[in-house]
Amino acid sequence: MSLSLQEIERLARLARLRLTPEQALDAQQRLNGFFTLVEQMQAVDTTGVEPLAHPAAVLQPVALRLRPDVASEPNQREANQRSAPAVQDGLYLVPRVIE
Amino acid sequence: MNTAPTASPPTSTLELHQMGVAELGAALSARQTSATEVARHLLARAHAHSGLGAYLALNEEATLAQAAAADARLAAGERGPLLGVPLAHKDVLVTRDFPTSAGSKMLQGYRSPFDATVVARLAAEGAVTLGKLNCDEFAMGSGNDQSAYGPAHNPWDVARVPGGSSGGSAVAVAARLAPAATGTDTGGSIRQPASFCGITGIKPSYGRCSRYGLVAYASSLDQAGPMARSALDCALLLTAMAGPDLDRDSTSLEHPPEDYTRLLGQPWPGASAARPLQGLRIGLPREFFGPGCDADVLAAVRAALSEYERLGATLLDIDLPRTELAIPAYYIIAPAEASSNLSRYDGVRYGHRAAEHGDLLDLYQRSRSEAFGPEVQRRILLGTYVLSHGYYDAYYLKAQQIRRLIAQDFQSAFSHCDLIAGPVAPSVAWAIGAKTADPLSAYLADIYTLPASLAGLPGLSLPAGFGAGRMPVGLQLIGNYLSEARLLQVAHQLQLVSDWHTRTPPPLTPPCPGTRP
Repeated sequence: MSLSLQEIERLARLARLRLTPEQALDAQQRLNGFFTLVEQMQAVDTTGVEPLAHPAAVLQPVALRLRPDVASEPNQREANQRSAPAVQDGLYLVPRVIE
Repeated sequence: MNTAPTASPPTSTLELHQMGVAELGAALSARQTSATEVARHLLARAHAHSGLGAYLALNEEATLAQAAAADARLAAGERGPLLGVPLAHKDVLVTRDFPTSAGSKMLQGYRSPFDATVVARLAAEGAVTLGKLNCDEFAMGSGNDQSAYGPAHNPWDVARVPGGSSGGSAVAVAARLAPAATGTDTGGSIRQPASFCGITGIKPSYGRCSRYGLVAYASSLDQAGPMARSALDCALLLTAMAGPDLDRDSTSLEHPPEDYTRLLGQPWPGASAARPLQGLRIGLPREFFGPGCDADVLAAVRAALSEYERLGATLLDIDLPRTELAIPAYYIIAPAEASSNLSRYDGVRYGHRAAEHGDLLDLYQRSRSEAFGPEVQRRILLGTYVLSHGYYDAYYLKAQQIRRLIAQDFQSAFSHCDLIAGPVAPSVAWAIGAKTADPLSAYLADIYTLPASLAGLPGLSLPAGFGAGRMPVGLQLIGNYLSEARLLQVAHQLQLVSDWHTRTPPPLTPPCPGTRP
C-alpha cells in the first residue's frame, strides 16, 4: 500500500496540523517506508484472537475503575490558568467562532 | 573531575557525588553530611557540566528549600532511606516547583499546578529534587536527539547519544550529576538509555507506578521507573514510587505496596550461599541472540550470563517467535494512542499559541505545527491514519491482536524459565545525528525492548561490561508480571560479584558543545 500526497494532506487536516509542501513530501516518504514494515503483520493469522488493550488482561479480565462521582478537588482556576496563552476575567480567550 | 567551589569543606564534598542513594542515605542518617550540603554540591556540579545537556531546568531556591525541610526532619530525629537524598526527574513528570516542557516547544515554560504521583511519593519520603532532565519530545525517540532543547551527550563519549527517551536521566546518573533519577518507559525508554550509559534501570509491570502527572504519550504502555547506579538504589526508589493510586489512575494496579529491597542478598529459594542462584532458570530467546545483534554486544551479554552460571543459574534456549512483529505492532499502537493524547494541545488552555492566526481551526493548525517537532508530527499523522475510518480494523485492531499473541508467547516461555535475559539493544550507543535522518533505523533498534513493553512485563537493564569503542553494554532481564523484587534480587546478585556498575566515565573535560536550556 502507498499513501498519496492528497491523503497526507487529508490526514494533516484531521490531525489539525499544517504541513508545508516539503513536510508533506517528507511525511509521505517516511510513512510509506514504515508501511513496508507493517506488511509482515498482515501475513499473521489472527482469526479469533481477542485484541489486548490493557496488558494485565492477559492474566485476568481488567475492568477499568470509576471513582464515585463526587466533587473532590478544590477550585484551582488560577493555578490552572497560570500557563494559559490568553485569559480574561477567568475565561480562556479564543478567536470568534460565531459571527 | 570536579573543581566547582562549594561552601563546604573539600574533604567531604569530594566524595559526595560519588556516593549512591544507599550510601548518601546512610551518611545523612548518621549526620555525616546534610541534605543542603549534598544539594549544593550537586547543583554546582550540574552547572559545571551543563554542556552535557542533561538538565532542562534547575531551580536552586526550590531545591535548597526542599533540602532545608529534609534537614529539619533529620534534625528532629526522623530517618528514612531517601530522607535528604537528591534526585532529578525526567521532564515528562509534572512538578509544581519546576517547569515541565516534556522536551517540547509546545510546553515551554509550562508550570503544573500539581506534582505527579511518583514525584509526590518520592518527596514525601524526603527526596530532594535537583531539577528536570532532558528527554526526547513527549518521550518519542531513542536517542534524546528529538528534544526541542538540544541533545544530551553520552558521558562515555560526548559525540554519541545517551539513548532515549530518558536520555537526560541516564546522563545525570552516569556523569554523577545525581545519584538517581526517574525515567519513563513506553517502548524501552528506561532500559535502553540505562544500557547506553552503563547504569541500572527498571521498568516495572504496567500499572505498578501511577501515571497521574506523567505527560501522556501512549497510555497503555507508559510506565515510570527508577534509574540509578545499582539494583539496590533502584529498589530503594521503586519502593517509594510504586503502589496503587486508584482514584487518580484508572489503570493503576491494586496490588499493595512492596518493599522491593526485601530479596536483595537473599539466595534463590532452596539455594545455598555458595551458589546463591542455584535453581534459577534463565531463558535466552533465540530471537535476541541472532545475526541482528552486534557481536560486541553479544560477547558482553554472554560474559555476564556466564557469571550467572557461576552463581548457580541454569541457562536454556527459549523462543519468542513473534519478536520481529513487536516493531510494527508497537509503531501502530503507540502513535495511535499518541495522536489521541496529543489532541489536547490546541493552543487554548495551555501550551504554545501561534502569534498570528485567523479562525479557530487556523489557530489549532498553526499552534500545533509551530510547536511540535518533526518526529512528533510524524507519529501524530501515522496514528491519525491507523485510527481513521476504514483502516482501524486492518491496523489498530490487528496490532492489538498481535500484542496478545506476543504476551501469550511470554507466558509460554515462563512455563520453562523463571526469567528471560538478553541484550537491551542490538548495538552500543551510536553517534549523535547518525539516525536522526532515518527514523526507521531507530525504530528497528528498539526490537529487544518492545516485546516486554507490549506485554506490560517488568524489564531491567544492568551494566554488563563494554563493547566497541569502550561503550557500555546492558544486560536485559525480563520477568513475569509483578516479579520486580525477583528481578532486582537477580540483578543485585550479579552486582555483588562484578564491578561493571561501579565504572565511571572518563573525566568530563573539556566541556562539550551543548545546547543550553
